Amino acid sequence: MDINFHTFFFYLIAILTGICAIGVVVTRNIVRSAAWLLFTLAGTAGIFFLLNADFVGATQLLIYVGGTLVLVVFGVMLTAQGPFISMKTGAAEWVISTIVGIVLYSALTYSIFTSSLYFPNPPHADDPADSRNSVKLGMGFLGLGVGPEYHEPSDKVGATPPVRTSYLLPFEIVSVHLLVVLIGAAYLARAKRRRGGAS
Amino acid sequence: MTDPIGLNHCLYLGALLFVCGAVCMATKRNAIGVLMGVELVLNGANVNFVAFARFNPAFQMEGQMFALFVIVMAAAEAAVALAIVLNFYNNHMTVDVDTAEELKG
Repeated sequence: MDINFHTFFFYLIAILTGICAIGVVVTRNIVRSAAWLLFTLAGTAGIFFLLNADFVGATQLLIYVGGTLVLVVFGVMLTAQGPFISMKTGAAEWVISTIVGIVLYSALTYSIFTSSLYFPNPPHADDPADSRNSVKLGMGFLGLGVGPEYHEPSDKVGATPPVRTSYLLPFEIVSVHLLVVLIGAAYLARAKRRRGGAS
Repeated sequence: MTDPIGLNHCLYLGALLFVCGAVCMATKRNAIGVLMGVELVLNGANVNFVAFARFNPAFQMEGQMFALFVIVMAAAEAAVALAIVLNFYNNHMTVDVDTAEELKG
């Protein structure tokens, strides 16, 4: 019997990621919750690598695990004093939210199971050394078309070259958005000067 | 274990992450715990995007692009939300979201 190692590692990482995601929810200690979240995000990056999206996986590791999570951990450290490390949630709230969670997951899995979405098995995953993912993504961000070809419906065939989707405008919007967020976060979290005698 | 994985396996994982995030947002009283729930929800959406990018040939680039945009948005959202939480903590000496009721009508 030959084990498909791609499938084996997918199951392994997916089960570990699921366990860690449940750990984020059930643990009471906020510091442990952050640690579970770290493993969940890293496991998701592993899933991305297995799904032939190496650039997205690397970005997930760099930005999410290396950046966002460090930010969250700093927030935990700055506010984790005494009673805030483990705040208890009432038993009634636990029961209700567990029921709601199980019902929601059942509904989602039922709709996935009964959906008529079918795609034939994709071609074999690229060797990461031969993968052109980052090249294609970079071309898309630069405004060179990478999406599927789109023909103008009114045109005669071959009159104009087909249009392909590119992502220059969303890239610019995200850039400006990041700048605004940077300024806004620095403004919100700045050290306030105490007004004389007011406080 | 001998069959290749299909789209549905990835969708089940994405649904699990989404539900965990939603329950986390609902139950945590610590504001930073709520923020972790948001991160989990965004990750569940990202798994779905990348899975569709892998299995739907017409969505191959779009899925990865959207996943990248979601990652950037999540970073921005975390920065602003943490700034607000720290400001709230400085003013009220607590991070309990149940006490943030000044704007209650």
